[in-house]
Amino acid sequence: MVGGGRLGHRTIGCGAVSDALEIEAQVRLGGLDLAVELRVAAGETVALLGPNGSGKTTLLRAVAGLQPLDAGSIRLDGVTLDAPATHTLVPAERRPVGVVFQDYLLFPHLSARENVAFGLRARKVGRREAGERADRWLERVGLGTVGALRAGQLSGGQQQRVALARALATEPRLLLLDEPLAALDVGTRAEVRRELRRHLDGHDGPRILVTHDPLDAYALADRVVVVEHGTVTHRGTLAEITAHPRSDYVGRLVGTNLLDGVLEGTVLRLSGGGVLVVPNGEAVDGPCLATVAPSAIALHRDAPTGSPRNAWSAAVAELDRFGDRVRVRLDGPVPLAAEVTAAAAAELDIRPGDTVWASVKVTEVKVYPA
Amino acid sequence: MAHRKHARTLVAVALLVGALTAAGCGRRSTHASSTVTVFAAASLTEVFTSIGEGFEADNPGVEITFNFASSSALAGQIRSGAPVDVFASADAATMSRLTDAGGTTGAPTTFARNELVIVVGAGNPRKITSIRDLADPDLIVVLAAPQVPAGRYAAQILEQAGVTVTPKSLEADVKAVLTKVTSGEADAGIVYATDVRAAGDEAVGIAIPEAANVVATYPVAIVEGAPNPAGASAFLAYLTGPKGQATLASFGFGRP
Amino acid sequence: MSSRTTRDRLPLAVLGLAALAVGFFALPLLGLLWRTPWSSAWDVVTDPITRAALWLSISCSLWSTAASVLFGVPLAWVLARVEFPGRGVVRALCTLSMVVPPVVGGVALFAALGRRGLLGQYLDLWFGLRLPFSTAGVVVAQTFVAMPFLVITVEGALRQQDRRLEEAARTLGATSWYAFRRVTLPSIRPALMAGTVLAWARALGEFGATITFAGNFPGRTQTLPLAAYLALETDPDDAIVLSLLLISTSFLVLVGLRDRWLGAAASGTGRSVAER
Repeated sequence: MVGGGRLGHRTIGCGAVSDALEIEAQVRLGGLDLAVELRVAAGETVALLGPNGSGKTTLLRAVAGLQPLDAGSIRLDGVTLDAPATHTLVPAERRPVGVVFQDYLLFPHLSARENVAFGLRARKVGRREAGERADRWLERVGLGTVGALRAGQLSGGQQQRVALARALATEPRLLLLDEPLAALDVGTRAEVRRELRRHLDGHDGPRILVTHDPLDAYALADRVVVVEHGTVTHRGTLAEITAHPRSDYVGRLVGTNLLDGVLEGTVLRLSGGGVLVVPNGEAVDGPCLATVAPSAIALHRDAPTGSPRNAWSAAVAELDRFGDRVRVRLDGPVPLAAEVTAAAAAELDIRPGDTVWASVKVTEVKVYPA
Repeated sequence: MAHRKHARTLVAVALLVGALTAAGCGRRSTHASSTVTVFAAASLTEVFTSIGEGFEADNPGVEITFNFASSSALAGQIRSGAPVDVFASADAATMSRLTDAGGTTGAPTTFARNELVIVVGAGNPRKITSIRDLADPDLIVVLAAPQVPAGRYAAQILEQAGVTVTPKSLEADVKAVLTKVTSGEADAGIVYATDVRAAGDEAVGIAIPEAANVVATYPVAIVEGAPNPAGASAFLAYLTGPKGQATLASFGFGRP
Repeated sequence: MSSRTTRDRLPLAVLGLAALAVGFFALPLLGLLWRTPWSSAWDVVTDPITRAALWLSISCSLWSTAASVLFGVPLAWVLARVEFPGRGVVRALCTLSMVVPPVVGGVALFAALGRRGLLGQYLDLWFGLRLPFSTAGVVVAQTFVAMPFLVITVEGALRQQDRRLEEAARTLGATSWYAFRRVTLPSIRPALMAGTVLAWARALGEFGATITFAGNFPGRTQTLPLAAYLALETDPDDAIVLSLLLISTSFLVLVGLRDRWLGAAASGTGRSVAER
């Protein structure tokens, strides 16, 4: 799913003059050193992508007010929420923020309606008015009939919607979502994702979405920020990021091979020791990254003849079958994953441990500066 | 198959029950004939301990164990079947209740007498001089409960003296009364003269006028079903003999 | 003919031992019922001294239960939530009276709150407040032994609780107090109930600390256990009736201890909804 990002119908991008949410966060927690700078404009959804333990949830919690910063600042609409330097810290309960948690965290002793009304009641809204507003929100998320049920009696998808309604009911300026779809099964996920997008579009303020699923980022976010080991490694739209992955994580995320090395003219000397011939012109000499789509790699039993200038011998490390395709992981001087049809794999009769020849056309290798 | 398994567990359970029953089959006379168990009134604590040492010195190989509490509590335990050789009570009434229930062998013997006094803390801070002072409502007076001999004696004394006292507490035995006074918790109480003596510097005794006072008589008897009748007799002999009597006198007890 | 079914085959050995245990507890009660002088029982029960003792037992135990809840819940909260050096020591200190003989507890209370006690002397001097020999002293003694039951139960539940629920509440705008009231307390309610009932039953049966610290005086400090103990000295039959009365009262209190409270108290409650 490289390329084809969301066509934003908003004209806000990074670098707008006054971003609604400005984050310069430094947190040291456990073994993690988080140092992230991030700006989100009103009406914009930014997805935080990253592997487990990268700090994206910690960042979200810091913005929500559940984790104080060690240094830096968080400002929303010009108001400082957290600035250790000036001893300013607005507690979570006074921040205009709505959070949808990964496990939903619905209050088990309350009904769905009471859950949704909770934030309003906590802000001293009268019981009747809070109930009515809760009912309206439940309608909007399509749960008009289940208001009286306890959380434990609802399905996963229903719980997710209640959690969303609960967060939105207080009409928060800032909306934070932590892996909102992770707990759903695949079937429900697609449908809920569509609805979630609808609700996000209807929300005025800045929004941050933490996810590990690039599909979520694709469908729901305007921009993506990739956080790995506490620092930002990629910024941009999903299309930009996946076109030029700069880290293994993103490479694997979008299913492409990522190699790094030093470019000399049309030869890329890989850090693993191998050599690739690459197209001329785009990149300058020096440290570079290269991507090769798995489907662009051809496998042979014997050394290939013909046009490919990149051909090498590799050992088959692993075979993974999904659908009618087989992914073949190759070890060797050029470590790559190749993708062939199941029929081709059967014809080649390859097993882990076998030696095969792999080739890729020069034009299939994309190089860009590191 | 199932039968065999069930049978095994049944046998195991039966064995367990059997073992528990055997263990709980009550105490047979397993202790050596060289132990004498004596239950004695609380007020006899110090003097009997001393007498016990003398008795053991005279009878090497014999060991005495004491249990001191209020006479009535002890009588209750004996009636419930506690394995005791000798019972020494602080009043005749408690002893006769036991005798009437068939709890003793032979007639009880009076081996000592005791007087009661008013006890106050060291230095007599509230300046109490007579039994009439006890009627002062500001005073914290503590007596033994009427169920125990010391309590009964105290009630008798107060009635004979024509003094009405509202105690703040009715303690379960006379030693507790003494403790409350010596610790400063109570201002005054009525205890045995020997108790005040045993308390040494920590307590001061104020005499009760003859007319109102009662004399406590202490009977002793061998308990019915005593595990060590020979030892019990020996102890009784020592108690009523010259050495025992001398010790009693030295602690302030009167002659029987 | 096999009695075996594929499910619900109850292990015989376990049942046998459990039956013995039930017998162990039932036997003294049965013995008591067997020895009760039913003809005179009513007279003993309606005797003014007995009624005073029963009333005192019930009212003091209720007061001490209330005190246990008032002070015990915050204590449990601090022990469960606040990390401070020496927390283990503080916890041991606060639950010490559970394992120490009650008389020892009474002696200690004496030394602290008696007329010449560490604090007691000032209470007497400045406020004229004298706890020994007073009904308040009974409440103090009972609270001393009963509160740990509540603290332990509630602390256990608080520890089990999913803290993230409170965080969720805070992000919705709830202050710490509101979150405590509306999220934490409801989720530990079963444990709180169980702890309260246990504390109440313990206070009801308290003897050693009471007689040592508060003394014994009918109508003021003579609770039912004390009355039964003293009755045993002169009139065992009376003692039996009083014991039966006390046991019945405690039994009624404990019967109200629901299954689900005990289960919840042991394993904690308030598990997050999204259990997969």
